[in-house]
Amino acid sequence: MGILSQYMLRLARKRWRIRAFRKRRELSKVANRSKLIKPDDILLFSTLRNERVRLPFFLNYYRSLGVNHFLIVDNDSNDGSREYLAAQPDVSLWSSKHSYKRSRFGVDWLNWLQSKYAHGHWSLVVDPDEFFVYPFSDTRPLRALTDWLDASSIKSFSAMLLDMYPKGPFDITPYQEGQDPFEIAPYFDSGNYVIQRNHKFGNLWIQGGPRMRMFFQDLPERAPALNKIPLVKWDRDYTYVSSTHMLLPRGLNLTYDEWGGEKASGCLLHAKFLDTFAHKAEEEMERRQHYANSHEYRAYRAGISTQPDLWCKWSEKYINWRQLEILGLMSKGNWA
Amino acid sequence: MTIGFVMLCHTALDRAAEVARHWSTRDCPVVIHVDRRVSRSEYDGLVQALADLANIRYCGRHSCEWGTWGIVAATQEAATIMLKDFPAVRHVYLASGSCLPLRPVSELIAYLNERPRTDFIESVTTEDVGWTIGGLDLERFTLRFPFSWRKQRRLFDGYVRLQRRLGFRRQIPKGIVPHLGSQWWCLTRQTLSAILENPEREEIDAYFRRVWIPDESYFQTMVRQVSSNVESRSLTLSKFDFQGKPHIFYDDHLQLLRRSDCFVARKIWPHAERLYTNFLGDEASALAIAEPNPGKIDRLFAKAVERRTKGRAGLYMQSRHPNENWENGRTAAPYSVFEGFSDLFENFEVWLGKATGTRVHGHLFAPDKVEFAGAEKIYNGAIPDSAATRDYNPTSFITNLIWNTRGERQCFQFGPQDIQSINYFIAGDPNAQISVISGAWAIPLFHSNRNFSDIRKEAANLQKIEAQFLSELRKPWVKARVRIWSLAEFVENPMEPLQNIVDEISPRAMRRLTEAPRLADLTGFGQFLQNLRNQGMQPVLMGDFPTGDDPRPSTARRGRPYLVK
Repeated sequence: MGILSQYMLRLARKRWRIRAFRKRRELSKVANRSKLIKPDDILLFSTLRNERVRLPFFLNYYRSLGVNHFLIVDNDSNDGSREYLAAQPDVSLWSSKHSYKRSRFGVDWLNWLQSKYAHGHWSLVVDPDEFFVYPFSDTRPLRALTDWLDASSIKSFSAMLLDMYPKGPFDITPYQEGQDPFEIAPYFDSGNYVIQRNHKFGNLWIQGGPRMRMFFQDLPERAPALNKIPLVKWDRDYTYVSSTHMLLPRGLNLTYDEWGGEKASGCLLHAKFLDTFAHKAEEEMERRQHYANSHEYRAYRAGISTQPDLWCKWSEKYINWRQLEILGLMSKGNWA
Repeated sequence: MTIGFVMLCHTALDRAAEVARHWSTRDCPVVIHVDRRVSRSEYDGLVQALADLANIRYCGRHSCEWGTWGIVAATQEAATIMLKDFPAVRHVYLASGSCLPLRPVSELIAYLNERPRTDFIESVTTEDVGWTIGGLDLERFTLRFPFSWRKQRRLFDGYVRLQRRLGFRRQIPKGIVPHLGSQWWCLTRQTLSAILENPEREEIDAYFRRVWIPDESYFQTMVRQVSSNVESRSLTLSKFDFQGKPHIFYDDHLQLLRRSDCFVARKIWPHAERLYTNFLGDEASALAIAEPNPGKIDRLFAKAVERRTKGRAGLYMQSRHPNENWENGRTAAPYSVFEGFSDLFENFEVWLGKATGTRVHGHLFAPDKVEFAGAEKIYNGAIPDSAATRDYNPTSFITNLIWNTRGERQCFQFGPQDIQSINYFIAGDPNAQISVISGAWAIPLFHSNRNFSDIRKEAANLQKIEAQFLSELRKPWVKARVRIWSLAEFVENPMEPLQNIVDEISPRAMRRLTEAPRLADLTGFGQFLQNLRNQGMQPVLMGDFPTGDDPRPSTARRGRPYLVK
């Protein structure tokens, strides 16, 4: 990496930060409880739209892991999500009626909130359908992980997106409020992920899983990225570049070992394929607010009309993080 | 006779207070040192919390930056207070604020009563330590370290390099033989007082003040001068990872810690509620005085370090993506690649599967789709049979397949008609067993019902591709187990090479091949090759096939194809 390209990345980082600063005006405060944030608190950031039915389980899941405060941007929900969130004692809520797409899919909004509230905190950025598992997550709270990362001078922690799906059509069992989505969608693909290095940003680009297998089999390069770095000891100089796939400065993207060893990593269980999905895909198509002209949703809609079943006889049924570690989807690294 | 604890604390003072109370109420005096960098109010909180206990003392506060003299100064001062104020103390135990007693104090006292003259301190000469970070062992004693390792790392490293280059050496005082060891010890009154009351202590301290990480060397070195009974091990269970920072214990280590029979463990995560309530609660009475046995914990942590430094062979994932030649095994398990066999033999896949008991695929790299065994649409790990997906990242495809099927050997067919994108990868993979019958691709052409000009063109093309693959397989950097026969050579005597391959795949079976695969009909093949030549295409990879004289049919050998003796 030459000095020039380093400098260009620095400029890019500044540009994203200025953009986030400008986009702050698109956010209007609904409930700001950020005064409750204590210096050591673990914060969670999220952007969402019409996720009311998922919210109770989502909030409780992360509360039980040990997230202390939620900072959420509501992108013009009309299903009661906003009212529900505004009433939660540990949620700070902003809303925006502006374009999701033009805020780079919420990244600008969250970058702004993070630079304002997350400086010096461990910050977890997830969507309402993403559930973080990490080594020992069944016996050790999130703080154990962040303390260990602090002690090891590690600033960012990767968690690959793992698409979970039911057996049979997506709408076979409707999702009930408060329910664990993985009771309905407990299956995942264990070993069809392809990895390449992104030399510009230094991160890994991972694709695969059931979405590539079913919807992008013939156009694999268009399959969605699954690499994510959701947990970062935030500094106001940092910025997410594209969703939580990569960050600047690029050193934060080096969450993998290049010399044969394994660094510690987790997974984001992705509860996308529930009965809510078909509806969501329709809606997103109409809004045309998703990545790359929503080609992903277009592919889904084409797929959904044929009632797809992502399940196959090689699908694994989720048990716990140890299973994911044995399968090689995540690693304990040297955390024991 | 009793034991006194010196505690060095810098964080989680509430936990330190709990532990101090535990010892103090069991008639073990405690002297506490709190790092000067801890705020006044926190310190006062600690003092207040322990105000009701008479046998607790506090010593003057030193700033304990890691690697500097402060920790030793604090230890000296606290130990002096301990020896002066509590004459009944025979052993002094140095512990930290994040230590946790795992066994009842009474057991520790009983254990020490049986060894009243023994000093427990890890003390190893610099030549014998393998665990120092940054390669500094003897140099800790001979260089100067004016810069902070934590905050001024570049200056620290640069200054060390400079001194090495200039050949700078500090003089080690006479009589001092540098020893290193764990910071946490348990010394007898006699030994400890001899160190503290040493008439030359001022000079010695002045020297050690500038030694790097003196807390791992001061007492470890001095004890050798005054004690006649050093047991070179620490009673504190403390394990370090590959960066030299201590492993931390959590609630889920409870059973491991219980069974370790160690007296004290460090370091404990301050929020490990279950550990603290369990080990500081009412203790069961001792059944027998067991020796500390940290074996299981050692193994656990050794494994963690190995996972971090070497990883799992053949695994490519989000947090392990080795550079080329750093894979520590490109793939997870041995596999076999067969080129030309399925052209020469009828139903070769079925035969090989039976003979070796392995999974035998067709042409995994066929241009139109992946030919998984049994024509599966989706294979182990949910790999689809889509050629586009495979060709998008062929290396991931093959490493995934081998990783997903570890425990079951994979064999697949390969040939010049296939996509040639993994040639380089498998040639450099020690796990690959590549067997090639060169020129066998001509047999399907020979049997095909195509126009001869098309056949000629196709033959020229396939020959070029195979020749390229063969030249790659003969490169000096190749690590795969490669065997190459020309078609003529192989047809001459097919059973022996087959037996060799099968033996290598399943060495323990040592089965004699009883059933040979059926050779394709080669009648007229020599003439076919001659026709190609006549048309201006020179088939070279088949070896010498005499024109008109058809190869000897191998049916005669079918009865007893191979004898192992």
